[in-house]
Amino acid sequence: MIDQQKLYSIWVYLQAEPLFWLTLTIGSYLIADYIYKKSNLFPLLNPVAISILIISLILLSFNIQYERYFEGAKFIHFLLGPATVALAIPIYKKWDLIIYNSKAIFISLFIGSFIAISTTYGLSIYFELPKELILSLIPRSVTTPIAMGISELIGGIPSLTAIITLITGIIGATLGTFVFDFMKLRKMEARGFSMGLSSHGIGIARAMSKDKNAGVFAAVGMGLSGLLTSIIIPLFVKLIS
Amino acid sequence: MLNSIFLIFLFQLIGELVQKVLELNIPGPVIGLILLLTTLLLSKKYDHKLIQNLKVNLISSAEKLVHYIPLFFLPVGVGVVMHLSFLEGSLAKVLFIIVFGTLITLALTGLLMEKLLKNKDLK
Repeated sequence: MIDQQKLYSIWVYLQAEPLFWLTLTIGSYLIADYIYKKSNLFPLLNPVAISILIISLILLSFNIQYERYFEGAKFIHFLLGPATVALAIPIYKKWDLIIYNSKAIFISLFIGSFIAISTTYGLSIYFELPKELILSLIPRSVTTPIAMGISELIGGIPSLTAIITLITGIIGATLGTFVFDFMKLRKMEARGFSMGLSSHGIGIARAMSKDKNAGVFAAVGMGLSGLLTSIIIPLFVKLIS
Repeated sequence: MLNSIFLIFLFQLIGELVQKVLELNIPGPVIGLILLLTTLLLSKKYDHKLIQNLKVNLISSAEKLVHYIPLFFLPVGVGVVMHLSFLEGSLAKVLFIIVFGTLITLALTGLLMEKLLKNKDLK
């Protein structure tokens, strides 16, 4: 029989090591991904959302500080950068298709990014939100590092923007399919592009899991809207203030 | 395998350096993506065996990395749940703005793109 004291000391040891948090993160993802695949890629069972729920519930029920978890899980977080660079490969493979449709891409990019920014701004004004919160909300549709950078530049709170951006990604990835079906959109490239522009990396992940072309157009959508938004938001904020 | 991982890391590193030196708002990995894409497009002309081999390796490693993007979001995603209290009393309003704004953007961008995409050659 292991006595409680010993069990506790093992637990203290495990908490301090990255191995436990890495195993927990990968394990939760495997479970969530299994559920997602079993459900035939049902969008509401988004693997990112489900695994975040599993891990958060475990951390909350054992009263574990997020910082402690991240200390271990940061090795997985690190790979987000290289994975972003790696998106160059699917784009490269479909380059001809992208160039062929460059006009469609550019028009949709400008109008789509404008809609994302103006609906967010309009609604925040309507709800009379505090200025700092509005500035943290505006960049929400682009990839988290760009959104945080913009937020800092215009006087928002970057960590708040990170939260809002991630929620945007999950909302887009889980509800996008229903919107597209409702609008009777059939072209996977259109659905993907819209997903990448509106809900960045998590949208790309959803699009990639459904269709290769959708995934590539999602990556193009995220990349271009990120670039465009980082230029127009600072100008937009100058205009309104 | 290792040479392609090295290349991907190298391009991110160059991207981060460019971002720091030029003080751009664009994150280093996105600059790395653009630089890698440009390099690949420019190298199309050269069909030296070494370059071709490297490209094959690069494609297989990159596709594996891209496949696991959802996993790489988790550590930050968990932070979101743990820090939801940051939004305090505005949570409901903020959620409404996110949901409504995202749905409108998804619908209109998708519709516009569907109408503008050329039909032939797709797929």
